Order: sequence, then C-alpha cells, then structure tokens
Amino acid sequence: MARFFGRRLLYLLPVLLAVSLLTFLIASLLPGDLAYAILGDQATPEKLAALRAKMGLDLPIWQRYLHWLWGVLQGDLGRSFRTGELVLNAVLDRLPVSIELMIMAEVMGLMIGIPLAILCAVKSGSAIDRFFTGFAFANLSLPSYMVAILLIFLFAVQFNWLPATGWVPFSEDPVGNLRSFVLPALTLAFAEWPALMRVLRSDMIATLQEDYIAMAKAKGLRPARILLVHALKPSSLTLVTITGINIGRLIGGALIVETIFALPGIGRLLVGAIYARDFIILQGVVLFVAAGFVIVNFIVDMLYGVLDPRIRHGRA
Amino acid sequence: MAVLEIDGDTAPVAPVAKRRKLGGLFLCAVAWILLIGLAAVFAAVLPIASPTDMDMLGKRALPSAEHLLGTDSLGRDILSRLIYGARVSLTVGLLSSVIGVTIGGALGMLAGYFRGRLETFTVGGVDVLLAFPPLVFLLAVLAYLGQTVLNITLVIGVLSIPAFTRVARAVTLSLTEREFVVAARALGATHSRILLRELLPNVSLPLVAFFLLGVAVTIVVEGALSFLGLGVPPPAPSWGSMIAEGRESLDIAPWLAFLPAGTMFITVLAFNIVGDTLRALTDPRPGAL
Repeated sequence: MARFFGRRLLYLLPVLLAVSLLTFLIASLLPGDLAYAILGDQATPEKLAALRAKMGLDLPIWQRYLHWLWGVLQGDLGRSFRTGELVLNAVLDRLPVSIELMIMAEVMGLMIGIPLAILCAVKSGSAIDRFFTGFAFANLSLPSYMVAILLIFLFAVQFNWLPATGWVPFSEDPVGNLRSFVLPALTLAFAEWPALMRVLRSDMIATLQEDYIAMAKAKGLRPARILLVHALKPSSLTLVTITGINIGRLIGGALIVETIFALPGIGRLLVGAIYARDFIILQGVVLFVAAGFVIVNFIVDMLYGVLDPRIRHGRA
Repeated sequence: MAVLEIDGDTAPVAPVAKRRKLGGLFLCAVAWILLIGLAAVFAAVLPIASPTDMDMLGKRALPSAEHLLGTDSLGRDILSRLIYGARVSLTVGLLSSVIGVTIGGALGMLAGYFRGRLETFTVGGVDVLLAFPPLVFLLAVLAYLGQTVLNITLVIGVLSIPAFTRVARAVTLSLTEREFVVAARALGATHSRILLRELLPNVSLPLVAFFLLGVAVTIVVEGALSFLGLGVPPPAPSWGSMIAEGRESLDIAPWLAFLPAGTMFITVLAFNIVGDTLRALTDPRPGAL
C-alpha cells in the first residue's frame, strides 16, 4: 500500500508543477501585458514602465514564474488590483458554497441514478428499462443551462415553490440556505445521473448473472437484500470511478449553475473576474481549481487502490 | 423508446440485429443534421428576415406570416436568429472537432505505433491538459486571448485533442499486433505505408464516430460560453445567448428561451445518436470484429 501510495505521489508532483506552469503561461497570452490591462485608458509610457518595474514584469519570464511559484507555495496568490482583496481569502470565502453545492448535487444524482439503475437492471429489456435508458441517453444531450431554465420555469415561475436566486448564509437561516440550494443542486444532479445509471445498470446486469446471486436466491434471502447488499457491493468501484470522472464536469457545471442562480461560490468568482477583467483573481482561481481537481483525482485513484487490490499491485 | 437499440455498450444485442433495427431514429437524426446544416450554409439566400433588425413595435410577437416563429424581446425575427445561430454552433462544432481529430488522431496513432519515448511524452502531455477542468481552462484562455469565433474554435479544438489522442492510441495499440500488420511488416512495408494503408482505415472509423460525439459536446460548450455572455460577441445571434436573453422574460414569454433550447437540444441529440450508432457498429471489442 505504501509503495503504491508513494508511486502515485511521485506522479502527482510533476503534474502539479506542470499545471502551475501552464496556468502561469496562460496569463502571458494577454495581448500587451498586465500593466497595460491594469492602467487601461490612463496608460502612458512612463506609468507603464513604472508599474512594470514595480510588479517585476520587466524581468525574464522564468524569473517571474519562479517568483510567483515561491509566493504561491507560501499561500500568496496575489491581490486583486480592482478590489484590493487577497486572492486566497476570496477563494476560501467562497469555497464552502461550491462544496455544499457539489455534495448536494452528487447526493441527488446518486439518489436518482442508483434506484433507476437497479430498477432497469432487474427489469432489463422491459418497457420500463427501455424508457429510462432512452431518457438517460436523451438527458446526456441536455446541457445544465437548459435544465436550469426548465427548473426555474417550473418551480420558480409557474408554481413559485422554490427561489430561483437569493442565497442566504447557513448560519443566518439554515432552511432558507438549503432551499436556495435545491434548484442549483438538482440542475447539476440532472447532468450526473444518466452516466451513473448507464454504467451501473450494465454492471448490475452482469452481476445478477453470477452464481453467488443464484446462491443467495436459493438460500431464500429477501430480494431487497440481494439487490442492495449482494448485487450493489461489487459495483462500488464503478461508482467511485464514475464520481471521479464526473468531478471535472461537476466543476464546469457548478461554474454555470452558480452564475445562473447567483450563488456566491468559486465558479461565480471566476466568471465575475472574467467580466471585470480582474486577471490576478482569475489566475489565482484557475490555479486553485486546477490544483484542487488534480488532488481530488489523486484521492480517487488512492480509493481504487484501497477498494481493489488488483490495482494496487498493478495488474488491472 | 427505440433509443435502446443504439445504446451499444449496454444492450446485449447481436450486431446484425442492431444494424437492422437502428433505421428510423438514425435516419431522422441524419435528416435533422442535414436540414440544419443546409439552412446554416444557405442562410444568406433564404427568404428570411435579418437576424439583427429590431422592430421595437413588434416585441415578443406571436408567430405570423411575416415572422414564422415570432419575434424576441427586441423585435428580432426568431427563425432567422435560430438559423444564423446554427452557423456559429456548427462552425465552431465542426472546425474545432476537425482540429482535435486531425492532431489528436495523428498523435495517438504515432504514440500507439512507435511506443517508446514518444508515447511517454504524448501520454504525459495529455494527462497535463486533462488535469484542468475543461470549462475553466477554456474560460481562462479566452479571457486572456479575447472572445472571437476564431479563438473559441482554436481553444476548444486544442482542448479536444487529448480525448482523440486516447481513442486513436487505444485502437492503434490493439491493432499493431494483429496478423495483417505483422504480415505487412514481414513483407517489408515502410512505417508510413503501415500507418497510412493498414492502420489508418481501421482507426478512422472509431475516430469518425468519436468525431460526431465531439461535435455534440462542442456545440454544448459553445452554447455555455454564449450563455455566460463570454462567447461570440453580440449582436451576432447564437443559441446560447438567445437562451440567456429568453431567460429574462421566462414569466411572460417562456418560448423565447425554449425555442433556441429545443433547437439546440435536438441538434446535439442528433449528433449523439449518429455518433453513438457508428460507435456501436465499429466497437473494437474482439467479438464485434
């Protein structure tokens, strides 16, 4: 286990380094440079030169990268030149909202996906199975912004059951906070369940053919117990895999959903930074999100190792 | 309901039966893509209103002989905006996927065929590019580069390279040990001949299927950019920005959002159906060959 962990860790570090380099290089795509973007209309050659010298923009690019990376390693992601806010604080302030949203979305996705997968696997080939499989396939073509519009139209405009916008902190109004998360999380869950259900369904159809399931039936165990314990357990690895693959899409989806429902999360911070052309915040958020994504994927990889010894020993 | 038949990875149906059954839905999908494609190509000569002319007296008008699908909240013809929007979606969707399939396919085939350091390097590069959540990467790069159709197409194209590389490499890896390749090598065929004459025809089918799925994804991504107001700049019509504008009047005129959303959904679904059908037919599982 320790060797497996060590080997993956050795791979993680170069990837993180490459991610930081790429994030840094993206910023150098800016036509003109950062000093020009900050000064905007008021740019005069003297002011530009002064600001460049102050920000170290006149140094060679590798020196600037090392300097920036050194700061990042000490937790210094820079300071917004628009609001003066520290980037790290801005990110950490908004992180809980994004995490709450993603966890709620993942839970809802599992709550829709697992029962449907079991239902379709048990009734495989029937009209019910074909309906939900077809529905899941169609759902894959339904981007989150369309689902959001549909849900807002149904639940906020037509029936007025749930708020479309208006986030309140959990500490002030727990119920209101959860209510404001229902529609956004449901929107994201709609993107989650089809992939989950499709894979879990075909997984379970295979599992249900196994001898030990016949054995369990012969012993007279209740069908619910067979399905939920005997048949679902071997698919836990599949669920972890799908969840891991989904994270990237979940982050992208959260970005759109937070913007639509006005939730003050990381995604909204990023989109807001783009609207305001606040490049320091943008760079910090991109690095934070990409590094977080790499690390979460690393943890998912570790989970495979824990769940399936074959992977740990490099035979899968 | 007939969707199950094209759902190749889950449905345990024999290939022959699958081929016979996919008919109706597959043809509808192809027909829709052709219809949208032709309308987009010939938008300028079609007898439709201008997509940007505003009619402040006829805002949110219901369908009429003059405006077949009515007008939006600025009095612009919706049908015309849908057709001109298709231009943007299809241009970005097709061109960026062409970039992805060409570069990614070539890289994947070379990596899968020559192995060694080239493969290590390619796989490493792919891993780093995949280390970014795609939409975040796309938004960041476009924020710095500027949001033009050319930039959007190029960046989405670059982002789609890793997926195509993976598919091409996996298929090539499974083919290089096959008899026909070994035979060609034994007969003294050069590397380029093996790659182009023996491997390419076999790799291209799965790649074409994946290409169509790629177009579907790209249309969705372009829509997301426009929806956020970070895509093709206004007043040029785009499905994503039409949905975003329609959202403002969801309470009084919901069809303003649902018409572009429906058009986009059907188009994306059509590409998914055609791509998935081809993928099921060309699935490189041992039994399927």
